[in-house]
Amino acid sequence: MSNIKYILGSFGDPDEMMHGIEKLQENNIKIHDVYTPMPIHGIEAKLGIKRSRLDILAFFCGITGTVSAFALIYLTSVVDWRHNIGGKPAFALPDFIPIMFEVTILFCAFGLVGSYYASTHLFPGRAPRVMDLRATDDRFIIAVDAQENGDHSKIDGLLKEAGAIEVKHNERKYISYE
Amino acid sequence: MGTHNYNFNEQFEFTGKAKTLSIAAIVIGIASIAYGFSDHGLHERTFANLLLMAYYFACVCMSGAFFLAVQFVAQAGWSASILRVPQAMARTLPIAVVILIAVIGLGLYTHNLYHHWNAPGLTDPSSANYDKLIDGKSAFLNVPFFLGRQVVFLSIYSFFALLLSKLSTNEDLEGGLNSYTKSFKYSCIFLVIYGFTTPIFAFDTVMSLEAHWFSTMFGWYNFAAMWVSSLATIAVIIILLRKAGYMQWVNNSHLHNLGQFIFGFSIFWTYVWFAQFMLIYYANMPEETVYFYKRFEFYKFWFFLNLVMNFLAPVLLLMDRDNKRQENIMLGVCIIVLCGHWVDYYQMIMPGTVESHNGFGIIEIGTAIGFVGLFTFTVLSSLSKKPLIAKNHPFLQESLNHHL
Repeated sequence: MSNIKYILGSFGDPDEMMHGIEKLQENNIKIHDVYTPMPIHGIEAKLGIKRSRLDILAFFCGITGTVSAFALIYLTSVVDWRHNIGGKPAFALPDFIPIMFEVTILFCAFGLVGSYYASTHLFPGRAPRVMDLRATDDRFIIAVDAQENGDHSKIDGLLKEAGAIEVKHNERKYISYE
Repeated sequence: MGTHNYNFNEQFEFTGKAKTLSIAAIVIGIASIAYGFSDHGLHERTFANLLLMAYYFACVCMSGAFFLAVQFVAQAGWSASILRVPQAMARTLPIAVVILIAVIGLGLYTHNLYHHWNAPGLTDPSSANYDKLIDGKSAFLNVPFFLGRQVVFLSIYSFFALLLSKLSTNEDLEGGLNSYTKSFKYSCIFLVIYGFTTPIFAFDTVMSLEAHWFSTMFGWYNFAAMWVSSLATIAVIIILLRKAGYMQWVNNSHLHNLGQFIFGFSIFWTYVWFAQFMLIYYANMPEETVYFYKRFEFYKFWFFLNLVMNFLAPVLLLMDRDNKRQENIMLGVCIIVLCGHWVDYYQMIMPGTVESHNGFGIIEIGTAIGFVGLFTFTVLSSLSKKPLIAKNHPFLQESLNHHL
């Protein structure tokens, strides 16, 4: 068993990269992931990526915010310390709504920023996980897991045939951050 | 890029069931208005309903022109293949304008529709009816200036509506970018005029029914209502055309975009509604709270129904991505929103005109059916005059390949 972990095909053109994905899929070679410097239309469907659950997370973060805001206002201004504000009853729901609305948005935004950092490993002090630095610049990268797919020369051949400018064999999954 | 085999000369044929039903609806409308005028006690209620529906009709059509202008100014590509529907609505605007001005004019001169500011002696200090507040507003709220504003604003909207539609016809005939750049330029001018004048238009037509009260949010509140109801109308027309076998190039991504628009502007409507309500509630000043006092005392059911239909229903039903992409759910939500804005206008107009003598019966339902029939008849007959797609629109390919 070689100690090659990942094979990266580096393309200069998105159409050639899409072609490369097709080639690999036709030969039943599992693709680990694809890295591109820009969004490419229809790539999720081609790679069979499941629909994002971000919206569900956003909904629950938002609901948490609404409930927290309501609990905070209710406990402070109705239960704990009643104030006479403009002659209104202590439990005046219309007054609560702007705060509940704002806290909903705040919790939703915090939750989504947090989940973004968690899923991209971008916490402060952590090295970002990058397989090929040029995927953030001008190259379209297809990454294939070398341990799962045995025939490396066939993968190289397929990637080259599809128009890869460069094929790299990496012994580490992520390059260190320079 | 896929290849398409769509017929770009496809034209809508306005015959059969749609035509029969819309004419039947117009007849029902005329019959119920005639019934309303046959009983002297019901005159004012009939006029209030006529004003409601004429205002709704004009607002939906002028927001069709606004939709066109927004698409041009944003240089939006997705909508290029559906522009003929709002164009048909925009071309109907002159008819709606004539009806609205006729209703306002007749209401003003024969039935004192705007009796809060237009009654004998209100501005005469020696009269028993003298009203200091109305006298102070009389430089703005007097009959010639009021009617003049209506005519000027609505003529400007109609002019731009017809112009944008005309430029699209020229584009069909000549091709090239000339019409598009002109549309862009006139859309920019139109949006500036529209943005500044629609609040005044809403102040005049609806808010002055209760001339002692005012709210600076009222214009945007009405703008949100007319814009979201127009978007829902566009979606309904497109879905029904698709069901009848036309416009097969419209895919569920176009529906998704319209759904997002309706979802977003329903929330915007609620936001403006609540901003208006909240400040008045919080400040609790008698001259302002009188507006909501009337609605809460005599119109409680409508008051809450309004929020359920225009906020809860679209928000809950359109939040999910898959729902926006399904024809039947979209159709249902759009119809709820359209009925909801009828309720919205109902509780804007009725407390200022018929006070607590409101009702919901033959006059309300019949007038609404009549105007829906009139709208369907006029919009569909203007839709049938042009091909259903603007074949030389520069962004047409983008729209045909639209995918979200």
